[in-house]
Amino acid sequence: MAATAQVTVARHGGVPASGGRAGLGGAVRSELTKIRSVRSTYWTLTAMILVTIGIGALFSFGHAQAFSQLPAGQQARQSAASIAHAADYSLFGLILGQLIVAVLGALTITSEYSTGMVRTSLTVMPRRGTLFAAKALVFGAVALAAGLATSFASFFIGQAILSTQHISTTLGHPGVLRAVAGGGLFLACCGLLSYGIGAMLRHSAGAITASIALLFVAYILSNFLPGSWAQHIDKWIPFNAGAAIWENVSAPDMFSPWAGFAVFAAYTAVALAAGLILFRRRDA
Amino acid sequence: MIEARGLTKRYGETLAVSELSFTVQPGRITGFLGPNGAGKTTTMRLILGLDRPTRGTVTVNGKEFRQLARPMQEVGALLDAKAVHGGRSARNHLRCLAEANNLPLRRAGEVLELVGLSDVAGKRAGGFSLGMGQRLGIAAALLGDPAILMFDEPVNGLDPEGILWIRNLMKALAAEGRTVFVSSHLMSEMEHTADHLIVIGRGRVIADCSVADFIAGNSVQSVRVRTPDPVVLVNAVAQAGGTAVADGDGAIVVQGLTAERVGDLAFTSRIPVHELTPDRASLEAAFMELTAASVEFRAGAPGGPPGGGRAADSGSEPGPGGGEPVRAGGVA
Repeated sequence: MAATAQVTVARHGGVPASGGRAGLGGAVRSELTKIRSVRSTYWTLTAMILVTIGIGALFSFGHAQAFSQLPAGQQARQSAASIAHAADYSLFGLILGQLIVAVLGALTITSEYSTGMVRTSLTVMPRRGTLFAAKALVFGAVALAAGLATSFASFFIGQAILSTQHISTTLGHPGVLRAVAGGGLFLACCGLLSYGIGAMLRHSAGAITASIALLFVAYILSNFLPGSWAQHIDKWIPFNAGAAIWENVSAPDMFSPWAGFAVFAAYTAVALAAGLILFRRRDA
Repeated sequence: MIEARGLTKRYGETLAVSELSFTVQPGRITGFLGPNGAGKTTTMRLILGLDRPTRGTVTVNGKEFRQLARPMQEVGALLDAKAVHGGRSARNHLRCLAEANNLPLRRAGEVLELVGLSDVAGKRAGGFSLGMGQRLGIAAALLGDPAILMFDEPVNGLDPEGILWIRNLMKALAAEGRTVFVSSHLMSEMEHTADHLIVIGRGRVIADCSVADFIAGNSVQSVRVRTPDPVVLVNAVAQAGGTAVADGDGAIVVQGLTAERVGDLAFTSRIPVHELTPDRASLEAAFMELTAASVEFRAGAPGGPPGGGRAADSGSEPGPGGGEPVRAGGVA
């Protein structure tokens, strides 16, 4: 026999006798540590911020260029419409940003399955509803904070570009603050929708594909619908409903900003509820 | 204390475990043995609430696992060394577990020290070797200083030093009065560590007894004798009620008599003895024999179960029939 391991697992008061029942508070702190301690979180959020801002800036720049080449008379006529759409132009990058936050949302839960971590997580917190809620709260808060930062940064950079042609807007204009803050809400909601899908599918690639299909492909396909159908269906497409809140000028046949967002939030709630039911019921 | 009552789990068509009833007592190491596919991991998953039983119940300290107020302080489990996010450092992995049960964060450092991973605390767990992964898993299990520890095949893939370390750790934990429940498909491993055995095969308990009783009750002992005058000895053995068979190596294998008895017989028969070796069947042989009828996948190789136990008309041993429950007494 070689050296016997000297074991003192710290019966000597290593752990306080009681600190109350393990609950949501601890689970939230645990999830916060989890999300902060893997690189994929930072990479994904950085990608979301850069892509969203970049595309918004590009779109704003393109529009400013086009505007600058108009004859003076036409510029005068076009100016008011351009200013009304100025917020939309700068936020256009959200169309891709939503896909990146969806990746992070799905990974928040599917990475637990792909790494096997879920078995460890559930043995330290076997109350699955609590674990699911803690994950949703932490990811939702992170996505909302990053989403708001992204949306406001996109707006200010876009406006700076548009202001070169004097067609920028400000947060003080009617509906603009709602649109910009709405961009952050929209991103957080996209992420949570994808989190719910991730809980249902438990597989990273599958969940990301499903989320992108729902958020992006459905939107593209809806553009090919015959006009008479489109009139009734288009507004219910997740992207169209969700985007209503960050489009300062509502398109015809679409929901009003808050109604659209309510529809989008309802889709998210359905995905979360389905994910929770399956997460609780299935063997891990 | 872990108590299973009529525990049954069916995955689709497959009956993984069936009507398991057993109790894991504190203060000793209970080995949970069975061939691969016998249902050991399934049973542990059921104990931890990862899977829901189809029928029956299993409780930890009288409660369902999901009801435990602070699970980590009651049960520490190592099911799978890979149940870790590879991108997270060892320290952060333990921190997020500690936070979930409101444990002080310094525990992460303490258990890393205990398992010898302090130097790599900041390294990503994905780069760990299998042995380091096992140590990290054990650190996680010890984090809450629990009274019950469960390890699923903890020595799998470890080098001899790692195996020895885990053995000693388990012994020390049991000596502190904790309940240690450890699964293995290697009998030789259990022979060195376990005090008590629960043997399962094809999802059923086939033995629940002490290690000593298990060997005594499930194997036939034999004695190897070498003598220049085998005929006289064989006759003497037959008269004394034993059986003797030549082993082809010039020696005789006697069953049904103790080594002392064989030595006395040789003395009274006035024949010289060059070798007299009691051949105590190992736990391995006893296990193979007991589970022979319950191995789910068996190579189609010919030849009976090792251990040579079938021959004997020894009379004293109860025949170890394949699936028959063997419950030796002496639960101490």
